[in-house]
Amino acid sequence: MSKAGVSGGGLLALVAVLAAVGASFAFLDMPLGALFTGAAAAEAADFVRRFFPPDLSPGFVARVGFAALETLAISLVSTLLAALAGAALALPAAGRHGRPARGAARFVLNLLRSVPELVWATLMVLAAGLGPFAGTLALALHTTGVLGRLFAEALENTPPAPAEALAASGAPALAGFLYGTLPLVAPQWLAYALYRWEMNIRMAAILGFVGAGGLGALLYYSLSLFHEAQASTVILAMLAMAIAVDGASAWLRRRA
Amino acid sequence: MGLSLDGVGLVHANGYRALRGIDLRIAPGERVALIGASGAGKTTLLRVLAASLRPTEGRLRVLDGEPWAASPAALRRLRARIGLVHQAAPIPPRQRVVTAVLAGRLGRWPLWKSLASLIVPADADGARRELARLDLAERLYERCDRLSGGQLQRVALARVLYQQPDLLLADEPVAAMDPALSELTVALLNEEAARRGVTLVASLHAVDLALRHFPRVVGVKDGAILFDLPAPRVGDALLRELYAAEGAVPESETDTLAPVDRSPLRCA
Amino acid sequence: MKPLSRDPAALPRLGWTLAALLVLWPLLQLAQFRPAALFEAANLAAMGHFVGAFLPPETSPDFLILLGRATVETLAMATAGIALAVVLALPLGLVLTRSLSLSRLGPGRHGWPGQLLRIAARGLLAVLRGVPELVWALLFVRVFGLGAAAGVLALGITYGGMLGKVYGEILDSVDARPARSLLEAGSGRLAALGYGLLPNAAQELVSYTVYRWECAVRASVVMGFVGAGGLGQLMDQSMKMLNGGEAATILATFLVLVLAADGLSESLRRRMA
Repeated sequence: MSKAGVSGGGLLALVAVLAAVGASFAFLDMPLGALFTGAAAAEAADFVRRFFPPDLSPGFVARVGFAALETLAISLVSTLLAALAGAALALPAAGRHGRPARGAARFVLNLLRSVPELVWATLMVLAAGLGPFAGTLALALHTTGVLGRLFAEALENTPPAPAEALAASGAPALAGFLYGTLPLVAPQWLAYALYRWEMNIRMAAILGFVGAGGLGALLYYSLSLFHEAQASTVILAMLAMAIAVDGASAWLRRRA
Repeated sequence: MGLSLDGVGLVHANGYRALRGIDLRIAPGERVALIGASGAGKTTLLRVLAASLRPTEGRLRVLDGEPWAASPAALRRLRARIGLVHQAAPIPPRQRVVTAVLAGRLGRWPLWKSLASLIVPADADGARRELARLDLAERLYERCDRLSGGQLQRVALARVLYQQPDLLLADEPVAAMDPALSELTVALLNEEAARRGVTLVASLHAVDLALRHFPRVVGVKDGAILFDLPAPRVGDALLRELYAAEGAVPESETDTLAPVDRSPLRCA
Repeated sequence: MKPLSRDPAALPRLGWTLAALLVLWPLLQLAQFRPAALFEAANLAAMGHFVGAFLPPETSPDFLILLGRATVETLAMATAGIALAVVLALPLGLVLTRSLSLSRLGPGRHGWPGQLLRIAARGLLAVLRGVPELVWALLFVRVFGLGAAAGVLALGITYGGMLGKVYGEILDSVDARPARSLLEAGSGRLAALGYGLLPNAAQELVSYTVYRWECAVRASVVMGFVGAGGLGQLMDQSMKMLNGGEAATILATFLVLVLAADGLSESLRRRMA
């Protein structure tokens, strides 16, 4: 019955998807067979064994704790910067300063958004040196692109009357925005920023792979030095952080 | 310091003609009521007087300036001297009453003061004084979404009073109020204009209010002036002609103010 | 004149502002927030030299062939990774689905094995998606060597965790009555799924999977930074050699790829809507 309801187009799409998946595996030449040989399994098991038990010596746990704090700081500061910059770009991107400004702002936002955080991080390590500041800048740049676009969409759906009334009584553009538009979009902007912060906490944890501080840097060093026990402590910390953030945001959403 | 319009007309971008051949002179300190059916062009005329809508033809002078010949900075200074009470109070619901009232002076305050006032109200006493005249002083620190429609309209009025404009314009300022309150409010507007010697132009839905409180009444029909007389000389015959359904424009014309639907064509 | 009442929001506002400053200051310290670093001579020189070399972008045929191969590899990695993720997510998602629980049919609550299974599945999914895909990739590169295989497995695991959780949520959000009545009539769970839940949930399931594919493309672009193949590997090499021309071409490719994936996924989802 429901199978008969599948349209020809749906069937075609299914075939296309299956073909794409098959072609992908074929192109990648994945040694799937080799994964399941006895030797490979033994090697993998040996590799996994080296991660246990995690290094829980107080000295190292303190280092992991500090790195986790650094990760949190990177995510929070970068989201804050991005919210400010995103707001500044969202105004022209929503068409409040004419069409040419709108096009230019949208282009900048797309550019910022399309370059992944990790690529920004490699560039920022060049521009600001190794360390958490590079990670902060990288996350801020990418997040500006994302938030700017979301903010602009929210602005476009906001009634313009209050700001227009203020402009009609001679208020400067910035004052008109702050008194007439911001109170209307603030809840939505805040929700978007919090949602991005949540994603940035995860992201900040891995920016260290390219030298931008935080938990990722610690993990990268431990693995490079073949200290798997330490690496597993860092991974546990990442896991704990991810689960905590998940839980916290779910709790907040239920309350909101 | 008055108003003068010579052959002012306005055609909207969509080709709809909202005003035609308006000749009007209003002396400083005069108090004028605009009456007419909804859709006759009263709102558009008020927005032209407020220098917020640019006429497509004719000559307009407001407070001894030609708004559309002035530089943007001069236009902004001129607008700071014009107060317009809107039909629908243009106040964000989450704003506090004190902030909404203080917003009346944004055109005169330096930017730093406007910014600081968002955190600590710069002149809470001033806002309270204006609210007290409208019997709303105790609502000073409440959020606007806690107010009724009539209360919100009075907050919008308090904002314009606080602005202390040289030209006081009002578009249906009592639409959301009960008769007793409407009476008081219209009286207050007139008293304020008389006390400070400023010009007052108000459009009113209720003809009796207009005739009782304003020395001069202008009837608007189909975007043109049908009559412009001292209140005692506005008779029933004229009023019947003014409100005759014939040629009346669809209700939606007043909505030149309403926000254009800007939501982009996005999938949900 | 009667005394004026104070702004009731003044004290809380002051408190929050102070608290925010108190928190922000150590955060800025921790993040080593030092904008001046951007303008230090050494950094300016390094960045200037690198960005200066962006023009002209590298367009030699050899490099373009390399780039094309890496691009296809990136897309293949995302597609294969999502396929793996779906395979992983479907059974786990089904285990989570309450609407298909036999033990909830009758009165009383004697279904503790089912409960336990659900808790285990939930925990497994949380671990799978709790570890970022790049960390999985970093680990797999050590087991399986450099190359796209590590990236595919990493994507499969992390995205499997995300898809499994959301699949369960979607299946539980649609009307459970058709499935329930089928179960009560004694049909199997898979039949109840196929005839009771899928007709209502299929569109949302597919739409979310397509959305995740778009995210997978973004993720596989950077897999190469830990040695897991694709465009990222090429970028990593160009960056290490400070070859601005190559980096510019690769960045432009990123841009096109991400925007194209955006567009494709949006049009697919719109067509289904």
